[in-house]
Amino acid sequence: MPAPKPDALAEPKSVDQVGFPEQLYKWSIPPDNPQSAAKVALGKELFFDPRLSVDNTVACANCHDPDKGFTDQLPTAMGVHAKFGHRNAPTVLNSMFNIEQFWDGRAPTLEDQAEQPILNPIEMGMPDEQTVVAKLSKIPEYQKGFQEAFGSAPTYRNLVEALAAYERTQNAFDSPFDRFMAGDANALTAQQKRGWAIFNGQGRCMSCHGWNPTRPLFTDDRFHNIGVSAHSAQFVPHARQALALLAKGGGSQQIDRLAIATDLSELGRFLVTKQPHDIGAFRTMGLRNLYVTEPYFHDGSQATIWDTLDHYNKGGVQNPYLDGGIVPLGLSEEQEDDLAAFLLSLTNQRYMAEAEKEYRNQFRISRTTRPQRDTAAAMGLKGRNGPGFSGPFGDIGPGQSAMIENPASLGGY
Amino acid sequence: MAARHKSVETRFYEDRDRVLRALRNCDRRTFLKLSAATMGAVMAKGLVPPHTFQLIEVANAAVDKNWGTHGAQGSAPFRFAYISDAHLYERTLNQRFIRAIVKAVDDVNALDPQPDFVLYGGDLAQLGSPGQLETGRQILGNLKAPVKMMVGEHDWFLDLGEKWQELFGPPTYSFDWKGVHVVVLQSVYEKDFWTARKMTPAERMQTVAGLDNAVQSRFEVGDAQREWLKNDLAKVSKSTPLLIFSHSPLYKYYRPWNFWTEDAEQVQAILKQHEKVTVIHGHTHQMLFNQIGNISFYGMLSTAWPWPYAPEGLPKLTVQMNRADPFDQFDGCGDGEFTARTDQLVDTVYNLWDRNPVTVRADYLVSGGKVDRPPAPQFASY
Repeated sequence: MPAPKPDALAEPKSVDQVGFPEQLYKWSIPPDNPQSAAKVALGKELFFDPRLSVDNTVACANCHDPDKGFTDQLPTAMGVHAKFGHRNAPTVLNSMFNIEQFWDGRAPTLEDQAEQPILNPIEMGMPDEQTVVAKLSKIPEYQKGFQEAFGSAPTYRNLVEALAAYERTQNAFDSPFDRFMAGDANALTAQQKRGWAIFNGQGRCMSCHGWNPTRPLFTDDRFHNIGVSAHSAQFVPHARQALALLAKGGGSQQIDRLAIATDLSELGRFLVTKQPHDIGAFRTMGLRNLYVTEPYFHDGSQATIWDTLDHYNKGGVQNPYLDGGIVPLGLSEEQEDDLAAFLLSLTNQRYMAEAEKEYRNQFRISRTTRPQRDTAAAMGLKGRNGPGFSGPFGDIGPGQSAMIENPASLGGY
Repeated sequence: MAARHKSVETRFYEDRDRVLRALRNCDRRTFLKLSAATMGAVMAKGLVPPHTFQLIEVANAAVDKNWGTHGAQGSAPFRFAYISDAHLYERTLNQRFIRAIVKAVDDVNALDPQPDFVLYGGDLAQLGSPGQLETGRQILGNLKAPVKMMVGEHDWFLDLGEKWQELFGPPTYSFDWKGVHVVVLQSVYEKDFWTARKMTPAERMQTVAGLDNAVQSRFEVGDAQREWLKNDLAKVSKSTPLLIFSHSPLYKYYRPWNFWTEDAEQVQAILKQHEKVTVIHGHTHQMLFNQIGNISFYGMLSTAWPWPYAPEGLPKLTVQMNRADPFDQFDGCGDGEFTARTDQLVDTVYNLWDRNPVTVRADYLVSGGKVDRPPAPQFASY
């Protein structure tokens, strides 16, 4: 697969967007890597340059393609020699606001994040930092580019700083939801307004995917085991194995390789913190632009939004480390449809046409194919603790019907 | 990320780098200062092990420290786990608390090596019914390690302990374990408040189950059991370490909630004649520890829900846990472990689900809070 070429969607995006968190943006630019036009231009060149990989085939943009919402729309990412890793490529869009990067937060900043894939053997496969720098130093356009951006010859740190500066220009707000919140009561459809009410009510979505005006990102930036990999993972033996391996080394590169290339990937956040409560826990992803960043979850295991909704509705997949907030929700088919429609309203203007197409596509699939649907569990009619634990009453919360009037019908702020 | 949004990892690495930079050129005295500071920094971040998967190493380390001086006394170190205050309804009525105790059983079964035994800290049932108690017994039956049962008021006041005793035996007993004398008490007797009011057994149970229902009497160990305790302890030497399990705290924390034992002073008077005494109790559903004279007290976490701290009477040594996340049924709940050390003191691990575990070393209590202070909570408490 050839590396994508930069097009209009790859251009740095304006900060002048409805719903753009200006203050948060200012806070989120690190003082030691301020934005500059030269850095962003250099970062963009590098982002699309397959020469950053060992065999000149894989650029950052392969897995973070601007036309695909800065993802690859594959379940898990493909690197050099057509090797697949264990994790779904997260989007670059709005990633500058993540408190930690990667699905397990193993890198604190975009700069630290960018260091890893270049050197990971099954991503871009470069042997070490020196080789990367030596390779770039021989390319005249980069000699010039680094000189302009940093006043020096290429270094590995400057390389990742330029990449991060470019990524910090890829922010996508300006969605129907943002316009609704800015006061346009007609920006959402009636169905989407119902979805927003369920989002904040019976669906309990906002307990992790929270929105507020200063942090309008739909994520709590925490790590939760929601039972995605519970059916396949052997958490306890894997955790022991990981501790034994990490005790011998434990550097960030080792964690990176375990996360991308081994079955221990399913341990998630545990590889970083070594705390049992982080076993199988992954970062809460923001919910913007979901219909251009499919498939879903850390392993890309769910093809449609309806599948993810079904997963939550039945209370996840039971495992000893399941987060305490994951419980059956008792959502009806119509309520799930409302939520799916609401999520479309979180799409940035420039991606909307593409997203609407995918929404219709997923809607069509969801009428016939629902691998995660378990209505009995969702309605609390089936126990989740093994045979003999079922009863007529689950512990699902009060239904949305308890609400007299949909607050969303009153409009935004 | 800007300075205001440094991640945990960033802060950790910054602290570490600062220390390492300073280490490169320093004399011996500075080195010692620095290593103490590093230790402090690590403790303050709550990074003090042990937790589930690191136990082996750490438990040994704690033991080794004292092995030289006390190893000859014949008491071996041992470790035991606890599960407490599950408050089960029957499974047809409520799966929430069942899910929590099942999680605790999974936790304890994942410990490697296995603990010597598991203490169940009382309040297995919510309203003392046979169905509730049997459900609990069935779930605890999945534990790999042997279980020592203690009774709580929620188990007792429907039939005054009849069903519980049929399932689990007498509520008061003692045994010796690797040089330690272990006593399990029934500390939740109450003076008769029901006969005069003509209450049915179910009404009596409901009254006691209401935490702040002032109609009921206060918990007490009672004259007869105190007499039994005196006789039982007369058989062991004063230098033998004591491990006492009681459902209610054997001191007076907060009367309106029955975080209280009415004859606590009399029980303490019996216990304090022994050199090393540790009391472990349930009922309070929170991180709670106290030191009175030579007696160390630890409260256990509940699997069902966390209680807020009482408005007054909190022991000053207690480091409070954070307020729980209302969306997360497991937050503020958990299980835990105790390590009986060779120097006859007992360390505790509060294994708070969905949070980092907190270790409370006995040294913190016996020093009156001067050393080994557990990490302070990140947010305000209740």
